[in-house]
Amino acid sequence: MSMLEQLTHRDRVFDFLAPVASPVDVRHGPILYMEGVNVSFDGFKAINNLNLTVDDGELRCIIGPNGAGKTTMMDIITGKTRPDTGSVWFGSRHNLLTKSEPDIASLGIGRKFQKPTVFEALTVFENLELAMAADKRILPTLTAIMKPEYRDRINEVLETIGLQQLRDRLAGILSHGQKQWLEIGMLLMQKPRLLLVDEPVAGMTEQEMERTAELLTSLAGKQSVVVVEHDMGFVRSIARHVTVLHQGSVLAEGTMDQVSNDPEVIKVYLGEEA
Amino acid sequence: MAVSQNWLLRPFQERSTQIFLGVLFAALVVVTFLHLFMPQDSALHVSAYTVTLLGKYLCYALLAVAVDLVWGYLGILSLGHGAFFALGGYAMGMYLMRQIGDRGTYGDPILPDFMVFLNWGELPWYWLGFDMAWFAFIMVLLAPGILALVFGFLAFRSRVTGVYLSIITQALTFALMLAFFRNEMGFGGNNGLTDFRDILGFNLRTDATRLGLFIATGIALAIGYVICRAIVASKLGRVSIACRDAEARTRFLGYRVERVQLFVFVVSAMLAGVAGALYVPQVGIINPSEFSPLFSIEIVVWVALGGRATLYGAVIGAILVNYAKTVFTGVMPDAWLFMLGGLFVLVTVFLPKGIAGLLKKRQKQPQTQEATA
Ligand SMILES: Nc1ncnc2c1ncn2[C@@H]1O[C@H](COP(=O)(O)OP(=O)(O)OP(=O)(O)O)[C@@H](O)[C@H]1O
Ligand SMILES: [Mg+2]
Repeated sequence: MSMLEQLTHRDRVFDFLAPVASPVDVRHGPILYMEGVNVSFDGFKAINNLNLTVDDGELRCIIGPNGAGKTTMMDIITGKTRPDTGSVWFGSRHNLLTKSEPDIASLGIGRKFQKPTVFEALTVFENLELAMAADKRILPTLTAIMKPEYRDRINEVLETIGLQQLRDRLAGILSHGQKQWLEIGMLLMQKPRLLLVDEPVAGMTEQEMERTAELLTSLAGKQSVVVVEHDMGFVRSIARHVTVLHQGSVLAEGTMDQVSNDPEVIKVYLGEEA
Repeated sequence: MAVSQNWLLRPFQERSTQIFLGVLFAALVVVTFLHLFMPQDSALHVSAYTVTLLGKYLCYALLAVAVDLVWGYLGILSLGHGAFFALGGYAMGMYLMRQIGDRGTYGDPILPDFMVFLNWGELPWYWLGFDMAWFAFIMVLLAPGILALVFGFLAFRSRVTGVYLSIITQALTFALMLAFFRNEMGFGGNNGLTDFRDILGFNLRTDATRLGLFIATGIALAIGYVICRAIVASKLGRVSIACRDAEARTRFLGYRVERVQLFVFVVSAMLAGVAGALYVPQVGIINPSEFSPLFSIEIVVWVALGGRATLYGAVIGAILVNYAKTVFTGVMPDAWLFMLGGLFVLVTVFLPKGIAGLLKKRQKQPQTQEATA
């Protein structure tokens, strides 16, 4: 009962973030399952026999040196890059390797890009409007109307990402950090089951970073979140479970403390920084 | 504040559309009045020749609006819209040919003159039905629409974009031009279709019919403009802009970019077809030169000069450039292409947003607010 109460309490804060009913079956296992995935670009193995599972509701951090294949991994999950071999499943029902980018997005996988990509010629409000979970076929989009409840939801997200003042400004004029936030906001509008967040705090101030950490941790539980980040302080502040990628495969996995004490990891990665 | 919920009515609440429709309507009324009620010798009299010339400009304006819809808002630089224009024109031309009946030089009640000349025994199957106006008018939309559907389906599905897409649209219109030049195609070869007599029972050579066609073109431009505006002002319009600026991102939001592109492209092709269909009875001929790659490039220049992604800029560009063309080809026919090129360079350098950019600068503030109200 107390857990339920806690949940309802959480719901009050971010209740618009509750994922839409998505036909993802997680009764028999993880929400994301990757096995034996290989990708090579012109003979260069960017992903090398990668195995990774993410549980429903989990907040997972992925770290690894430049070129480790973190972004490529997200490209594979979202259908942008097709692996040479391996399997990638969303829940136990959806084979992601057979689906297109829009299909994967509609299934409930949202993505924030490493380089923030917002629609610069549209206003902040319109960016969120386009991201909103809705019927995205042609005619429903043509005849779509801005219902008051949609407006409310967009305003709620605007508040969460702190861009209310800028709602009617073109996204092109935003600072780098603000674009990052807008993109996170777009992700929230989609109400995905699984969020893939590539370097969310690049270009953010210490304060903005704290708020991002808060937001991402509050999402976990209801949604599954995979965060790729270079900033070790940030990872330490949110991570419960960390995966280290190196040369396209998993080098180590565990809590931040376990990982940062792993001699292999220290050698290839943390060693350089510390 | 109360933005209409009906997507087709939304444009009427926009200031720019109200002004555009007001100016267009006033122009139609003034020209009609000056043509009908000013004495022939008055300096204010607008001759039937001028009325038809203005009608031609309005056809080009509609064509330019169609191009701006795909180029300005969807980022697809079509260098082949002349093909859709010409197909609409040919559909209309076929109807007008069949209206000639036995009044042609050879007096054949069914076959157009050029087929008699080629010793054809009977009408090819694809000419059937064009004696009926309703059928021909549907074909005005379907012929360009289907070509755009097939072409767009193949191109967008394989994600051909940018320069490559522009090049294959040029190839498309060039290939069609070569095909229509051939007599065996059954579209009159390089002479095209001409010697039209009447349309819907009205004699094409009378001033009244010419005026009627001019007004019909003005109305078609108004309707085409409102349709484009409605698309642009809808959520689909914003998705188009999203596809234009960040295609991959749009896909990851769950939109099927290729279908958005296909939809807008087909609508645009059909509008171009209507423009072509209204053009043909006013100039009295349709021949394969409308398919020429150069013509399609000219259309894009009109839009660029007028100002991309505004729709009204396309109208201004089409009318101004063609007026200039009329004037200068009269004086120095050989210099026109150089003039057009020079104008294009000047505008790109000094007015990157085209003529519409000058207008927009002043009304910018209210506009951004309007868009989000
Ligand atoms: N489309 C591509 N074609 C060729 N090589 C590629 C392509 N995409 C990625 N790579 C290569 O694959 C490797 C992995 O790249 P990836 O972007 O996944 O690394 P990353 O872990 O995200 O690095 P970073 O921390 O710098 O973002 C890199 O060496 C990169 O150069
Ligand atoms: Mg990366």
